[in-house]
Formats: sequence, structure tokens, C-alpha cells
Amino acid sequence: MVTTDVSLEQLERTARKLRRHIVKMLAIAGSGHPGGSLSAIDILTALFFGNVMRYNPRNPRWEDRDRFILSKGHAVPALYAVLAEAGFIPEEWLWQLRKIDTPMQGHPSVKDIPALEASTGSLGQGLSIGLGMALAARLDNRRYHVYVMIGDGESEEGQVWEAAMAASHFRVGNLTAILDYNRYQLDGAIGEIMSIEPVVAKWEAFGWTVREIDGHDMRQILDALRWAREPRQQPSIIVAHTVKGKGVSFMENNNEFHGKAPTQAELEQALAELAD
Amino acid sequence: MARPLGEATREAYGKALAELGRENPNIVVLDGDLSKSTMTKYFAQEFPDRFFNVGIAEANMVGIAAGLAASGKIAFASSFACFVMCKAFDQMRLAVAYSGNNVKIVGSHGGISIGEDGVSQMGHEDIGLALSLPGFVVMVPADGAETRAAVRAAAAHVGPVYIRVGRPKAPVVYENGCPDFQIGRAITLRNGHDVTLVANGLMVAAALDAADLLEQQGVSARVLDMHTVRPLDEEAIEKAARETGAIVVAEEHLLYTGLASQVAMAAAKRYPVPMRFIGLYDYAESGAPDALMRKYRLTADDIAREALALVNMRQSAAV
Repeated sequence: MVTTDVSLEQLERTARKLRRHIVKMLAIAGSGHPGGSLSAIDILTALFFGNVMRYNPRNPRWEDRDRFILSKGHAVPALYAVLAEAGFIPEEWLWQLRKIDTPMQGHPSVKDIPALEASTGSLGQGLSIGLGMALAARLDNRRYHVYVMIGDGESEEGQVWEAAMAASHFRVGNLTAILDYNRYQLDGAIGEIMSIEPVVAKWEAFGWTVREIDGHDMRQILDALRWAREPRQQPSIIVAHTVKGKGVSFMENNNEFHGKAPTQAELEQALAELAD
Repeated sequence: MARPLGEATREAYGKALAELGRENPNIVVLDGDLSKSTMTKYFAQEFPDRFFNVGIAEANMVGIAAGLAASGKIAFASSFACFVMCKAFDQMRLAVAYSGNNVKIVGSHGGISIGEDGVSQMGHEDIGLALSLPGFVVMVPADGAETRAAVRAAAAHVGPVYIRVGRPKAPVVYENGCPDFQIGRAITLRNGHDVTLVANGLMVAAALDAADLLEQQGVSARVLDMHTVRPLDEEAIEKAARETGAIVVAEEHLLYTGLASQVAMAAAKRYPVPMRFIGLYDYAESGAPDALMRKYRLTADDIAREALALVNMRQSAAV
């Protein structure tokens, strides 16, 4: 657990290192989802290393830990990179992504890596699971907070809105959704495939308190993640405007890299762009 | 010959849940706006803080149940068998089965004996869907007493469980409770040596009645209450096959997936014998429960007829 404050520069440096890990593990794996991993990694870095979440890598099932669920499970390279950096899993595991006989499943599997909290990858499920965890905290008088990252394309799933309705009905203040709004889904721009707008008004109408941020601005991310923990009687959502493929010039807003791993040449260029 | 009617298995489920609630503060219950039908209302009345009515949103219900279970709760989630299994199947697959979460799904209004409400409300395929989820224990109790035992066993078992209960009052099979109930262990209700009748749910009482009919014709039928479809009691099936040489399986479910196919697979693997199957081949329809059971051939007479056919086949082969 991080106990001292960290500088924004430090967090940005960590995020850059984890971006290198993401493109490298995907290149070695030969398949996977770079775009949505790179759009999410600044937020994950702030969550785990910005004095936001309470956790203990030596005891991943610590009962009072804060929970993070990656509902958009295809971005798991970002979460694996964070878990390795935090000490939950060895860094060598990153280079075994998607390989047989390893715990490094192509989408999160909680049976293989308990620190993942939930098995996801069938979109729409994570917020309901997070709501169950938030309700359990209330029953047990525990003070932990539950964060669930959802995708913008994922927001087309009906179950997301079932969970949204229920979370405000049950008045859970210890549940925060983070929308990684990178504006693309597999088949194209989200506004062309199935628009989720007006998304802020939708969440407000479902009884959530909403904050919009630039999902790559560390200051804004940290402020929002801490704002989310303030005591209240309703769930909160951070609508994070992000760039798909953020940090690698030829992946940014290039939906070809939704679900395609970089080649060796592309990896070298990406690593050069992401060098310290 | 007709057995006295006892409480509906859904009624027994609701009461057993409330009992468990008193004993174990870790038990939580979820329902999808059917608590007056699934009978989780008894638990809800007594333990409102541990009861979550999620409204008509089965996928969300199972997801929440998984989150509660992942946080140490024993989560029972109920709706009609068809709704919870069909609408929340993806959630049961990923958030319960694959994740190994300690969630107990109880589907009420299983089978066609719900009657007049018709096909959209009937569980025709719930057991088959549950069987397709690795790690799920799948149980179909026969009467009220056995339901209480099954619900208690489910709570004590760590891992996913599916239990099907029914709408109508169920004939009493266990007059003095069901103390020997064990997950995965068939109960021999009647010994016999000519043929074995394997059944669960309401078909257990029908099988016992069929055994009476067969006895009048000089045929000695063994009756196995196969309340657990998985893990299946393969030893009991092998023993029945060896000792009686013929098996009839009866279930209130589509025959494409369910008890019949599981028993057939076990017999094929261990000791193949001639078999016959009583169950559904298509969706049913609205109607009075008894009339439906007759029209869709789910009665004691139907079981006895198939058993006789097997016995006669063996006798003509011997001649």
C-alpha cells in the first residue's frame, strides 16, 4: 500500500513504463487489445499508485481492501501491468500473456489471479458484481470502496443500466464507475455504431452523481478518484474522456489497434516513443 | 394408491430459507420481483436487511449475487426457473461457474405442471442449462421434506448450486422427513429386480405409483429418487443396471438435456442395458396441470407402460 504522497511526474513516469509493458506484452503474445488498454492506463496508474486505493499485495484477499473490477475485460494488459508494478504478480508473468499453462488468461480470470476480483470479458457484467461487493460492505460494516471501470461500447449492454438503476435504488455510496470514454468500439466510432449520448444526462437520470474529466490528466484523475470516495448516499461515476491507443502515435484514434497486437517493428517504434 | 398432497416444493424452499436465515447471518437472498411466487417472501419478511429485490432484472440479480458471494456471503438468488436460467445464463457462466462463486440459484415454477400460465413461464430446459455449467451441483427435489434437505445441503456446500422447485402442491414422498439426504446420493425408495425407474421432482411420486401398477402385473420395479442430477450417482445406476437389466428415466423436462441423458451416459459407460425415457420433446401449452401431465405423457401410467415394454422385450428375447 502506498502511504506517502506521490508527485504527478512520478505517476506519469509510472504510466509511461506501464504503457511500455502493455505494448511489449501484446507484441510477445501476438494478439490482444492495445487501444483500450492504453486509453485506460493513466486512470489505473492513479488508482493503484496515487494514494487512492487501499490494498495489500501480500494479502490480495484482505477483507478491508478496496476493490477494482475491470468490467471492460479486454483491457486486461493494463491491469496486469498495474498488478505487476504493485507486486501482486511477478513481472515475468507479463511476458506469458495468453500462453497455455499460465495464469495469464486473455481476459481476467479471478480463479487464476485472485487480485483480479472478478472474471470479466463478457461485457456488461462488472458493475452488477461491484454492486454486490458494495452491498456486502454495508452488511458487514466495512468501509471499503468499489471501483468498476466500464467501456463506452460496453455501455450499450442492457445489464449496465440494470445495475445503474439498482445501485441508486439501494443508495450505495461506496460504488464508483469509471467510464473509459475513448469513443471507439470494435466495429468503429461509437457515435456511428450505437451512440451512448447524452451519457452524462443518462447517468444523472439514473440517480448517479457524475464528474467529467480528461482521462489522461493526472491531476484531474486523482481529484476525481478522491472526490468519488467522499461520503454520500448515491453512487458516483467518473466520465473520463480518453484517447484510444493513447501514447503511441500510430495507435491513437486508430481503431485498427482495437484488437490487433503490434508487430516487432511497431513495438520498437512504440517503445521509442514511450522512452523516458 | 394416490399419495396425499403436501406442500409445494417452492413453499418448502421459502420456509427452509427463513430457517437458514435464523441460523446463519451470512445468508443473503435476492429475488427478481417474484418473491410472492418463489416464496423468498418469508426470508424477506424476517430479514429485510439481507434481502435484495432487484426488480425484473435477472442478469443484474445474478451479477449482484456473485459480488456478494465473492465478499463471503452465501447468496441465494431466485426467479422462475425459465427466467433465471435463460436470462441470466451468461452471468451464471462467467460470474458464477467460471469464477467459482458461492451462489445458489433456485428456480421455481419448473416444468409444465405450473399449468395455465403457459410456455413462456414454464421451465422446460432449466436443468439442461444448469448442467452445461461446469462446477454446478444440480438438484430437483421430489417433495417438501426433500426440498428442505436439499436447500440445507446447498447452503452447506461451498460452490455453485442450482435447485429446481415447482409450483403445485407435491405428493408426499418422505412422510418422516429426509434425514439421509446427501448431495449426489440417490435414494432407493423401493427395491425391485425386473426394472428400475429413475426419476426426480414430481416424477418420483409418479414412479412410485407406477411401481404399484407394475406390481399388479407381476413386475418388480426398483425406484430411485435421483434428486441430484450432478454429481450423478453412477454407482446406483450401475447397480440398477446389473441387478434389474432395464431402466426407465422419467423427468418433467425436455429430453434433449437433463436427467435422462445423464443417466443414459452413465449406463452406457458403466453397464449398458435397454432404456426408455419419459419426458418432453417439445414445448407444452396452457392448461390444468393434471391435464397437461396426461397430455404430455408424464404420468404413472406412462412410466408403467414403458417399463412393461422393456420387460416384455427381454422376455421375448429370452424365448
